[in-house]
Formats: sequence, C-alpha cells, structure tokens
Amino acid sequence: MIHSHPDKARAFVADDERAHWHDKALWFVRVKRDRGAATVPEWEALRTAAEGIKAHTLSRLGAYLEEFEAKAAANGIQVHWARDGEEHNRIVHGILERHRVSLLVKSKSMLTEELHLNPYLEARGIEVVDTDLGERIVQLAGEPPSHIVMPAIHRKKEEIGELFHEKLGTPKGLSDPTVLTGKARVHLREKFLSAQAGLTGVNFAIAETGGFVVVTNEGNADMGTTLPRVHVASMGIEKVIPRLADLGVFLRLLARSATGQPVSSYTTHFHAPLPGGELHVVIVDSGRSQMLSEAHRRKALSCIRCGACLNTCPVYRRSGGYSYSYLIPGPIGSVLGPHRDLAGHASLPFASSLCGSCTDVCPVKVDLHHQLLVLRQEAGEEKLIPLGKRLGMKAAAFAMARPGLFRAGGRFARWVLRAAPGLARFGPAAVWLRGRELPEAPRESFADLYDRETAGKPEERS
Amino acid sequence: MGKVGLFIPCYVDQFFPRVGLATLRVLRGLGLEVEYPRDQTCCGQPMYNTGCSREARPLAERFVRLFAGYEAVVAPSASCVSMVKLHYPELLGGTDEVRRLAGRTFDLSEYLVDVVKVTRVEGEYAKKVGLHRSCHGIRELRESSSSERMDAPFDKTRQLVSQLRGIELVELDRPDECCGFGGTFAVTEEAVSCMMGRDRIADHVRAGAEVIAGYDMSCLMHLDGLARRDGTKLPIVHVAEMLEKARLSR
Ligand code: SF4
Repeated sequence: MIHSHPDKARAFVADDERAHWHDKALWFVRVKRDRGAATVPEWEALRTAAEGIKAHTLSRLGAYLEEFEAKAAANGIQVHWARDGEEHNRIVHGILERHRVSLLVKSKSMLTEELHLNPYLEARGIEVVDTDLGERIVQLAGEPPSHIVMPAIHRKKEEIGELFHEKLGTPKGLSDPTVLTGKARVHLREKFLSAQAGLTGVNFAIAETGGFVVVTNEGNADMGTTLPRVHVASMGIEKVIPRLADLGVFLRLLARSATGQPVSSYTTHFHAPLPGGELHVVIVDSGRSQMLSEAHRRKALSCIRCGACLNTCPVYRRSGGYSYSYLIPGPIGSVLGPHRDLAGHASLPFASSLCGSCTDVCPVKVDLHHQLLVLRQEAGEEKLIPLGKRLGMKAAAFAMARPGLFRAGGRFARWVLRAAPGLARFGPAAVWLRGRELPEAPRESFADLYDRETAGKPEERS
Repeated sequence: MGKVGLFIPCYVDQFFPRVGLATLRVLRGLGLEVEYPRDQTCCGQPMYNTGCSREARPLAERFVRLFAGYEAVVAPSASCVSMVKLHYPELLGGTDEVRRLAGRTFDLSEYLVDVVKVTRVEGEYAKKVGLHRSCHGIRELRESSSSERMDAPFDKTRQLVSQLRGIELVELDRPDECCGFGGTFAVTEEAVSCMMGRDRIADHVRAGAEVIAGYDMSCLMHLDGLARRDGTKLPIVHVAEMLEKARLSR
C-alpha cells in the first residue's frame, strides 16, 4: 500500500488529546528557540553568513572534501569513501571485524539510520546500542526516530516507564523523568564499559584542520569514543565546512535553533585517534552528489539537522513523525525524501500548507516551502497527483480561461447553493463540508456590484 | 497617477463581493482612478499550488495580458498577490513584462502604506478584534514581520486598523501560526487543516476577540466555516470593510 501522509495524519488527529499534547510539546521547543535566537542581536546576519558559507562550500565541495581527507590523514585519521549505504556498511563492518568487535556503542546519527547500519551489523552478529537517551528509547521499542533531534518526542513519560519496566526490568509505574534517566544511565554505563568500538555521526568536518566536531547534550558521544579504543565516524559529503573560523557561525545557530540553548552541553573536537587506538571517518555520498548536480535541489544539502523546521511546522506538530513516509519527517524530510524518490514519497510535497514558517526559522535559510512547491510541479509533470485532483484542476482551468463560462458557472453554483444547500454534500465541496460550513452564496457577484457602483446606482443588499 | 487595476480573486468575486466593493471604495475614496477589468477570472494559484503548472500557465498569461496596462494592480488578498508577485516570474519565465507586473502588484494594506503612503486613518471600529495575519502576507509579501525572524517588529495592516477609534486588538498566544487553509491543502489534508483552524479559533476566543479580521478572505472563509459548524460566535471581517467608511490620508 502506498504510504499516504493524509491518511496517517488523519489517524493521528483522531486522538485529539494526544495530538494536542504533541503540538504543545513541540511548540514549547519552538518558543524556547525564539527566546534563544532573540538573545543574539546579529541573528539574521548569522543566518545569512551560514547560508553563504554553505553555498560556497557546496559550489566546490570536491576540493574541500579532498582537503579534509589530506589533513585528516596527516593527523592520523583513516579516511574511507563510500558511494552508498551498502559500501558504507561494508566498510564499517570490516573495521569492526578486524577488531573483533561484538558490541558497538553508537551516538545519535541520522545518517546511519538512513543507511540501515544497525540491521546490517546485527545480521552479522554485532550488538549495536544507541546511547542517546531518546534514540535508546526508540531502539528498545523497535521504532524508528520520530524526530531528528528528539527521537522519542512522541512518547509520554508514562509510556517510557512502561517500556523500561518491560525491557530493562525497572519497577513498574515509573514516570519521573529524572528517575527514568538515572535508570537509563546505569544501563548505558554498562554498555559503554564493555563496548569495543564507538560510532558517532559528524556535525561539522573542517577542511582546514582535518578535524571534525560532534555536538550532543548527553555526552554519550564522548563516552562512546573515549572508553573503546576504536572510533568510527560516519558523515555525509555535505558536512564539510572550509575553515575553523566558520564553525562559530554554525555552533551559535545550531543549539539555539534546536532547543534554545546558547550552546550544546558537549561540543567535542576530534583531531586524531586515541593513543594506541584507531579513528576512522567514512565519507558517504548516498544520493547526495545527485542532488548537488541539480540546482533546484542543491540548497537542501545545506541542512544542519537542527530540527527547528519540524518544531515550527503546524502540520508536523499535528501529524507526528510517523505520518511521513521518509525517515526524516517534517519540512526538511518532505523535501529530501521526494528529491531522492518522488514516486516513493509523492504525498510529502503536499503535506504542507506552504505557510513558510520552516523557511523563516531555518538557521541556514533552506527555502523549504519553496522547494515543496517546486516538487509539486515535478509531481504534476510526472502524473503523481491523484487523478481526481488533476481532472478537477483541468476543468477549473478550462472554465477560468473563459470569462463567460466562469461567470455563468459561478451564478449557477451560487443559485444551487441558495436553493438547495443540501446538494453541496454531493458535489466537489463534499470533503470541505465534513468539518466546515461553506460561505453563504450571495445573489450578486462582485462584477455585478461593480457595474452598479460605477453607474452610481444604490447597492442592493443580498 | 495612472489607473489602478482592481484585481478581485475569483472566489472573492463569487462569494465575498462586499469585500471587493469595500476595496473599490477605499481606493476611490483616496481619489484614485480604479478600473475592474471585466474579463479577469482566476490568477492560477490553485492550479500552481497543486502542481498543475500546465493548467496554471495559460491563466497567468491571460492575467498578464489583462493587467499589463495599469500603473498598479491591487487586490484584497495577500495570497493571490504573492502568486503574481513571486511565482509568475518562475512560472512564465522572467520576461520584462512579467517582472514589471510583478513589481507593481500589491495587496491592499501594502499598497495603502507603501505606495499611497497613508499615515492617518480616521474612523471607528469599536470592537475587540483578533487580527489573523495570513502566512503569505507575512512570509511572502513581508507585510509584517514574522515571529521566526529576529527583525524589528512591524505590521502594515495593524498600522492602519489600529488607528480606528474604539478598536481593541487582542493579543494572541501564537501571533502568526497558519490557520490551515492552504488552498487545496484544506481538502487534501482535511483532518490536519481543520485541527489547525480550530486551534486558531480557540486562540482568538481565549484572547477575547469578538471578531476575526484579516487581509485574506480564503483563510477567513476557512475559519468562518469552522466557527459556524461548531456554533462559535466569531464573525469574520476583511480589513477593507473596516476601512471602508474611514477617512484615509497621507
Ligand atoms: S532544514 Fe533548516 S530548520 Fe530544518 S533541520 Fe535543516 S537546518 Fe534545521
């Protein structure tokens, strides 16, 4: 069955209390973001700078990636290149196999979700533990993340207590976040201490220094890369920035946009392997260079995964992460998914009212709502729009190209609506009428009133 | 000053003729020469937003033909204006004629404030009003600052209506959240659309609004449809209707 956003969203909305709870939880994060952003007088200038740095980097991405590779290698980092998920997973597995790794601790990485690394490794006998609290919660529940920064935002604390009781053997009925976090910490400490390797994502790779930066709030990436001797970092090709000086622009924007914090709790710079250890960076393409090659898709590669566009999206807040067919939900997912596979995600460009809040909130000025509109045209060209809608638009366009027909049709429709309002339920307005009334149909159109007004005749009230 | 071409979107023409008339009177009241090109129908936005650019293009082309001769084109609808202003150039290719028209097409509030330079409004509207700021007016036309951007706050519509005697503009919790109309989105994503609208109405009711005012009838039509279905007494009014009897001056 085709995954359709409207159907999933309808089911989400049907639980009114929960849908409002979800909306409020995320709006709260949006409000915190506003407060954080408001403390920076040069916020808009920072966004413009970030947009410019990304555009520049993407315009010569190959050169910056090679610079990064050379500098990183000189630092003792082993750099690998992967064309796609399969190659990436093979490389990671090879490294782990060489070190006889049976337990890998991971800190949150949307990239490895995208590449399906966990099942790949698990099928080869390696236990993978996600160590970000939210990520661990969804992993225990056997679910994908429902948000890119807060993967378990869709779960209430009582449900997490229940899950921990079931999976970790904690007492029944826990719901205090501090207590639950404490339980998770004990559980995770054990994993950190026994893992033979750690895997992280990469927030920013710096061409100039050959180092990279990982940003977390829980310090789990730091635990996972300092206790085991082997550290593998996976990054998409779009993560590189030219200079260390550019980093400040992004760090000031990232945490504020994500949660409203001035800076994340942990911003860790990696430049070299631990003494006696190994540090690997796997640079992955996986469809990104294709997006780079098409001008109208390129800008989506600027995304720094702050999640602000999800938090602000009135549709995401009211439909939840799982209503989206792509693993990244919300506006940025509705752009990235269809850019990769429009037919597979045909309902996503339409899962937006095009209000533009995402575009205005985005710290790197990805023109999200505009990209959605462009994707809609592509969907139209490729006949991925439901037939009824297409025919309706054709019919409307036919009438609208003929003023006489438009006026006569309008007069007739208004007459029907006045004479037999019940009939509307059987016409094209049926869906509208499910939850709403139609406007009252006036006797005269504006064109009629205009003639009277211009001729100086008094207005007839309708 | 040359002639103003009055652009009355198709659904306003058919369902909200009073709003068109109020717009005409406001403009004529300023001594402007205003003309309504009789053959106008629809700007093509519904088709374009649905991904049907093939269907939208001929409508956009005839719109350009009909309105090319006017010094300014003014409409009581931010969303339709943003179609002409922002999307015609990409839909039709940025010919000089299209660009010129895009640059001279205005929503009523911005035309009054930016072009006519109205600074004084004398009139009365003694009600508690919730101002619904429609998204395309904010984030496409920039008629007001958005809550996402950290720019100095401004609001051209508010600047005009706040001067009316007796008006009280209520403070909303979410000052510029989308109402969920979104053109065909209102039907395609009916469930989310209705929830968004109901949440907006609840915000206005909580704030004590007696009436919801706005510059985009499409959003107001959606909100009104929900309020009437739910039996919520919250009438809608377009800013043109609020300004119709007022005296506007520079
Ligand atoms: S598109 Fe922008 S707002 Fe959305 S996650 Fe990426 S950087 Fe953040």
